[in-house]
Amino acid sequence: MSKNVWIVLQQRDGELHRMSREAIAAGQKLAADLGGTASAVVLGSGLDGMKEELGGFDLQAVHVADHESLADYTPGAFVGALKPAIAEAAPDFVIFPHTYQTVDFAPRLAAEVDAAIMPEIIDFSVEDGRVIYQRPIMGGKLVARCQVNGEGCVFVSVQSGAFSGDDAVAGSAEVGALGADLSAVAADREIVGVEAVGGDQVDLSKADIVVAVGRGIGGEDKMEPILELAKKLGAEVGASRPVIDNGWLPRDRQIGSSGQTVAPKLYFAIGISGAIQHLVGMKGAGCVVSINKDASAPIFALSDYAVVGDLHEVVPALTAALNDAGV
Amino acid sequence: MKIAVCIKRVPDTEARLRVAKDGRWIDEEDVSFVTNESDNYALEEGLQLADKNGGEVVALSLGPEGAQKELRNALARAAGKAIHLKDEAFQGGDSQATARALAAAIRREDVGLVLTGSQSDDVGYAATGSVLAAELGWPHVWLVMGIEIEEGGKTAKVTREMESGMNEIVRVPLPAVIEVQAGINHPRYATLKGIMKAKRMKIEAPTPADLGLDATNVGAAGSRVEILSVDFPDSGKGAEVIEGDAAGAAKTLVEKLQKEARVL
Repeated sequence: MSKNVWIVLQQRDGELHRMSREAIAAGQKLAADLGGTASAVVLGSGLDGMKEELGGFDLQAVHVADHESLADYTPGAFVGALKPAIAEAAPDFVIFPHTYQTVDFAPRLAAEVDAAIMPEIIDFSVEDGRVIYQRPIMGGKLVARCQVNGEGCVFVSVQSGAFSGDDAVAGSAEVGALGADLSAVAADREIVGVEAVGGDQVDLSKADIVVAVGRGIGGEDKMEPILELAKKLGAEVGASRPVIDNGWLPRDRQIGSSGQTVAPKLYFAIGISGAIQHLVGMKGAGCVVSINKDASAPIFALSDYAVVGDLHEVVPALTAALNDAGV
Repeated sequence: MKIAVCIKRVPDTEARLRVAKDGRWIDEEDVSFVTNESDNYALEEGLQLADKNGGEVVALSLGPEGAQKELRNALARAAGKAIHLKDEAFQGGDSQATARALAAAIRREDVGLVLTGSQSDDVGYAATGSVLAAELGWPHVWLVMGIEIEEGGKTAKVTREMESGMNEIVRVPLPAVIEVQAGINHPRYATLKGIMKAKRMKIEAPTPADLGLDATNVGAAGSRVEILSVDFPDSGKGAEVIEGDAAGAAKTLVEKLQKEARVL
């Protein structure tokens, strides 16, 4: 039986989110591997300007839910719009880009249409007609191979960068309105406002060298050697989230999905294990040096040079070695 | 207002992991377990909200016998009651099966608010709280960095993280499920007095039947998602590991950064 794959695209102000293309690439591949068809759906308000772009993919159809209640994202409205459409079309798979927005509403939608949830996959394969998914567990230290048993729809979200948006196959898709009654769709909350997190933001994105520190530092009182190393290198100091949450450095030093994105020519990851939330903020770095006591830390996979050892010994030694080398 | 806080026992994120012999999970021997990081913040938020607005925190954990430690810790930190879904039938569930069990336990309590973490540090589904909200028919807010109870518990003003360094502030009707992000507060430690008191407190441990649930509808039996195997990721080309003691490795590293990578 031919499988039917839906891809839920994310847009903002009529611009497709970068990861929407990655989700299209993943959804097209899944449909191709299963001998099925792929369609997309996009939600928002005033989306007429997207029609040409949306029609340019090799998809069976693109369903547009265009309604003023979908202008601002709320899970109430998004679930309300998609639930009847999914119940009606009964896709076998619904693919999402794994963004903050879809992580917010996809699980709830899955519960309401009785779908299984396979979040944040990094790859999949089809073996004997079964889809085997790979997803990170334990903060990215391990990868789990998973499957979904039983009958019914499967929701799959695709981790940032796992598929390339360039692999989204171009073609022509029929763009039409989502065949669902949107008149009763409503927000389940009042949006009071939006605010910037940081206040006085330090701009880490322009730094040539970043010395970033993670949970492995162990405490605010142990920060001095890090600051000395950064000073020696003329580097900006950054951090992964736990350091910020513990109050060891101010929040505007955070690098990662909820912080800043950096692309220095040299990046030191010190006591950082390498959870995906951090990696997305620094994967554009040129040369990456990791210092970590755990030889299986995922950060090493993304590093050019690694020192496996106690950062409290290695960092002062590194500052001394830079002095000796006349840097 | 009674506030339920869901907490999960997970391997310490600093633990060095090994794959179990059967290849299907980690080898849990010699691994230390802790309260999931964002759940720990959720617990503290619950305690602070109860202090400020009156009421009691009910700590709830679905997990094996060892999760009792996390519940004792919650009681020691001033939770008023603890419920442990430790029956074997509850274990090994996906988001849906786990949420069904949690929802059934919560329905028995007259709670005005449920707090959870935003994501577990082990399987990391980041879904169970939202599914729990759907089960209860309540709104949910995920990745929350601030909560104010308003109108005597009728609504909550909630700050949630969005991408690109922005926060959104929303007002939701209560009861609701609010999924807390790490960093929202500064979790307290248990006091000795609290620990002593917690030792004597009873922890409820209802079975699926006690909650009116069919044992085949929860835990691994009630789940569609199955983990087939776990392994260390393919590290690609990986890093060049610089050998030697701290001083030796540092010297070699500086040479390589100067002459090989040419970034210094």
